[in-house]
Amino acid sequence: MLLQQLVNGLTLGAIYSLIALGYTLVYGILMLINFAHSEVLMVGAFVGLGVQLFFPPSLTSGPLGLALVFTLAMAAAGALNVVVERLAYRPLRNISRLAPLISAIGVSIILQNAVFLWVSNQSQTFPDIMKMRSFQFAGADISSLQIVILFTALGLMAALHFFIQKTRVGKAMRACADDMEAAELMGIDTKRIVAVTFLVGGALGGAAGALNGMYYGSIKYNLGFLPGMKAFTAAVLGGIGNIQGAVLGGFILGLLEVAVAGYLPNGAEWKDVIAFVVLICVLLARPSGILGEKIGEKV
Amino acid sequence: MTTNPVKPLLEVKNVHAVYGRKIRALKGVSVELHAGEIVALIGNNGAGKTTMLKTISGILTPESGEVLYQGRRISGMEPHRIARLGIAHVPEGRHVFPRLTVMENLEMGAYCRKEASLLDEYRRIFDLFPLLGRRRAQLAGTLSGGEQQMLAMGRALMASPKLLMLDEPSMGLSPALVDKIFDIIRKINQLGTPIFLVEQNARKALQVASRGYVLETGNLALSGSASNLLHNKAVRHAYLGIAG
Repeated sequence: MLLQQLVNGLTLGAIYSLIALGYTLVYGILMLINFAHSEVLMVGAFVGLGVQLFFPPSLTSGPLGLALVFTLAMAAAGALNVVVERLAYRPLRNISRLAPLISAIGVSIILQNAVFLWVSNQSQTFPDIMKMRSFQFAGADISSLQIVILFTALGLMAALHFFIQKTRVGKAMRACADDMEAAELMGIDTKRIVAVTFLVGGALGGAAGALNGMYYGSIKYNLGFLPGMKAFTAAVLGGIGNIQGAVLGGFILGLLEVAVAGYLPNGAEWKDVIAFVVLICVLLARPSGILGEKIGEKV
Repeated sequence: MTTNPVKPLLEVKNVHAVYGRKIRALKGVSVELHAGEIVALIGNNGAGKTTMLKTISGILTPESGEVLYQGRRISGMEPHRIARLGIAHVPEGRHVFPRLTVMENLEMGAYCRKEASLLDEYRRIFDLFPLLGRRRAQLAGTLSGGEQQMLAMGRALMASPKLLMLDEPSMGLSPALVDKIFDIIRKINQLGTPIFLVEQNARKALQVASRGYVLETGNLALSGSASNLLHNKAVRHAYLGIAG
């Protein structure tokens, strides 16, 4: 039972972590909470479905299909995030902190309704990309789907870590997050780096959307809202702007949610409440999050 | 009439600039800087010195007037484009990247350079600032003020700039460190880099500079050779604290 909950929690947490990274990357560089991120992941899920519908089955099954679905879902979600930044946030920068936030909520409503009206207002089946099997292990029932989700997410996190820490553009992203004006004085095209940040964050969101579709087997125009809000909570819990914090917060929240569902009476009905209780408690007790630095004025 | 046949490296022509929302920080100021020079810009707090550097590096756009660099108009260009033309601006308060290591900070300084290997460049910087070499793996935010100043200067030099602009490099440093920083400024210049130096420490600045300008509340009050300014009665009284 415990092992089962652990695996379920880690699977869910991996998805939350990927989404939380999108919030935290953007916040780290612009101090903006991209409330449209939940819709970016939803669009990623729909693109993942579209790939399976429009490409021949030979291309969309097995490991090759997995790669194709993820590549295109990530590319589309990343590109969408870049366009959103260009049209809805960049023109509002330097006006006030509030304006882009409101704009983000607007973009979120637009994207949800666009999918609602143009694609469908009903749940769509998200076909299995790979044949799934179950393993019995120490009394726990672990599906190969969970293993695929966990390893895809961990692989993407490792790739992100390498990109941020070791590459020239990744270092420039960190430099911009530290001091945008100084970065500009180094000859760094900070607008381009911001766009790259939205691209990377959106791509991770798109991957999370596709994983979400695989995990639950169906997708809907409003699927982004709950995981989006929970992942936002995870990012705040870990310390928004902090990359390790987003991953930590995502896994904590996933495990917590599964524990509530599994061990509390009527827990399954309460599991969605727990994320927001956590959010409020963190904001009250430690607004900078577990790994976040003290929020202070930049001198 | 000056009849200098050589085109200046940098020409600031009759620049008006607004700082913040409505502070008129520069009210029609012209300065120029030639290859090889150290030019000092001195003046009190709020005289417009920092605004001048920010206008040159493109962080601020002048309301009127223009900035020419190598004969080409750069005012209105984005700061990163101006930086890529070879103007390195070390801002007031150092502005190193605190969560990047010393090495990564230096690497960012060379962001636009295309060379495959920057080893010679790092060697040059560590020769100039041996301390940075010993601290290379440390996060810049953990360095002392003097060390951060050296890092900010080293980072700017990584670009091999054709013009180095320093805003208050001695601010907040101990007297011994101030001497050291000015020694390094002289050395950088001797190695061939022209320097535009903004300082509140007018004496030190004029001692190291060949020419100087004095800004007073957005207007150019005086200009001339550094030695003339050092002996100017008004300068001695207002900026060097010498009565008479």
